[in-house]
Amino acid sequence: MSTVRIHGPVTDENDGIASPELDTAHGPILYLEDVTVSFDGFRALNVLSLYIDDGELRCIIGPNGAGKTTMMDVITGKTRPDAGTVFFGQTIDLLKLDEPAIAQAGIGRKFQKPSVFEQLTVFENLELAMHTDKRVWPTLFARLNSTQRDDIEIVMETIGLTAQRRERAGSLSHGQKQWLEIGMLLMQKPKLLLVDEPVAGMTHQETERTAELLLSLAGKHSVVVVEHDMEFVRSIARKVTVLHEGSVLTEGTMDEVQNHPRVIEVYLGD
Amino acid sequence: MDIGNLLARDRVGKTFLTLLALFAVVVSTLNLLVPEASALHVSTFTVTVAGKYLCYALLALAVDLVWGYCGILSLGHGAFFALGGYAMGMYMMRQIGERGVYGNALLPDFMVFLNWKELPWYWLGFDHFWFASMMVLLVPGLLACVFGWLAFRSRVTGVYLSIITQALTYAFMLAFFRNEMGFGGNNGLTDFKDILGFNLQKDGTRVAIFLLSALFLGLGYVTSRFVVESKMGRVVTAVRDAESRTRFIGYKVEHFKLWIFVFSAILAGIAGALYVPQVGIINPSEFSPLNSLELVIWVAVGGRGTLYGAVLGAILVNYAKTVFTGILPEVWLFALGGLFVAVTLFMPDGLVGVARRLRLGGVR
Repeated sequence: MSTVRIHGPVTDENDGIASPELDTAHGPILYLEDVTVSFDGFRALNVLSLYIDDGELRCIIGPNGAGKTTMMDVITGKTRPDAGTVFFGQTIDLLKLDEPAIAQAGIGRKFQKPSVFEQLTVFENLELAMHTDKRVWPTLFARLNSTQRDDIEIVMETIGLTAQRRERAGSLSHGQKQWLEIGMLLMQKPKLLLVDEPVAGMTHQETERTAELLLSLAGKHSVVVVEHDMEFVRSIARKVTVLHEGSVLTEGTMDEVQNHPRVIEVYLGD
Repeated sequence: MDIGNLLARDRVGKTFLTLLALFAVVVSTLNLLVPEASALHVSTFTVTVAGKYLCYALLALAVDLVWGYCGILSLGHGAFFALGGYAMGMYMMRQIGERGVYGNALLPDFMVFLNWKELPWYWLGFDHFWFASMMVLLVPGLLACVFGWLAFRSRVTGVYLSIITQALTYAFMLAFFRNEMGFGGNNGLTDFKDILGFNLQKDGTRVAIFLLSALFLGLGYVTSRFVVESKMGRVVTAVRDAESRTRFIGYKVEHFKLWIFVFSAILAGIAGALYVPQVGIINPSEFSPLNSLELVIWVAVGGRGTLYGAVLGAILVNYAKTVFTGILPEVWLFALGGLFVAVTLFMPDGLVGVARRLRLGGVR
């Protein structure tokens, strides 16, 4: 298995980051303000406000039902909030865009359950994810150029799946699928990565490599990680946000939040 | 994009195209050049039946594109086929001129019978072959575009989509049954005399249409192969297997579905246009939901998601139909239903799947 390359897959003319219109001059890359989502009267998100800084690695924890996945759904356009505003940088109003447009604007998402295209090969999965013109006609006549091929090779190297390039994604192990999905995320060259439970079902060694990779991505990208594995969170987190009942309970370093009386109460039950 | 390159990885496809060309040449030679008294002579009736099968094969190809590759189970593709057929039928109706039963140069017989005084506006232009040919492409294409846009945009998928496509073709059938629609009511359009000045009863014309059917099937296959081998082919496969995931990596899923649905509808329209001059009639029963269900069975029997499987299925099932309806007509529908159940249960990948498994077994 190869070591993680820090700047490998993300070098091209606009610095490997595919979001020319993004304006982060004033700090935060993602603004969620007073976001509320209700499902049949149940408030999954309750006046949630959250800011993610450019280049930051943020971990989000919280008990089941705290609204972590719903928050990701709102950011990526899957769920429309009842109220609130969501901005990507200063200028891009995410509530006006649909899922593909948000993805093309530079927000990539890794799902909780590994979701790769099982009938396609490892190589094809990465090819589809690659940041490029994704409209219908250009896709019909698309041919890979050498730079794009190299990009795919580098990502396959990074995720350690070079030998499996021609294998169908469906035949990979659980951990490999997780990595393939992370690789797809890298191919999209997003500015902001939303990563939902990246180490679920991974071996200890795989978990370590994932931590290494996510840490290497921060700085150039902003990364938001939702995770239950506290040890993992401790190993990567600089700043942790605790969600509870659809809003932010507290924010701070891992030690700070772990000693916060309300957090202890929420996690241990009252 | 040259064909050699495209087919380099498609060995079965190459074999199929070679066989198709061979079949077309042999059948037409045996019909035109071998004297009728000879045992080798192929009757014009057989040529026409073969041409019909080729049209069905093209239609099956169209269904396989949307169902096998993109996962859109259309139970209304017969509608696109029938509309292409009607467009060509209208041209041939206009070619009859004053040779109709009523000898009216201005109006087709059924309009004279209904006491209509002038040609409805939507019949204008069908005097010209080029106009009718354009309509063969445009009418099914536009219908698919409008219908698909509404359905895919509202994210109607799966069984719900199948049901509304079935309703679509049923609605067309009811509409075309009405005399007031101006398409000949339940008799449809028939009694055709000639096409582009060639007598439809002549062997030469029959063979020419048969050859055209083979040509369009070949072209349809190559274009479809190009589409499924392109990056778009992989995108639609991704849509079939994980639609929302495809959205999250930046593809506008609706646009891809719409493109392939329209393309498929146009192929179906072409198949219909080639079919009608060979069978000599087009009537609303072509819109019957049962027809569209049958198509799906052809593709399932052959093996979906392979293109050549659809062709094989269409030809085999229709050959079986010809044989069966000759011997035991009342049993055919039961046999067809049984076939569908058997295929679904025992060979989900159709005949192509069985062949693949046998080959893999042979290698071991």
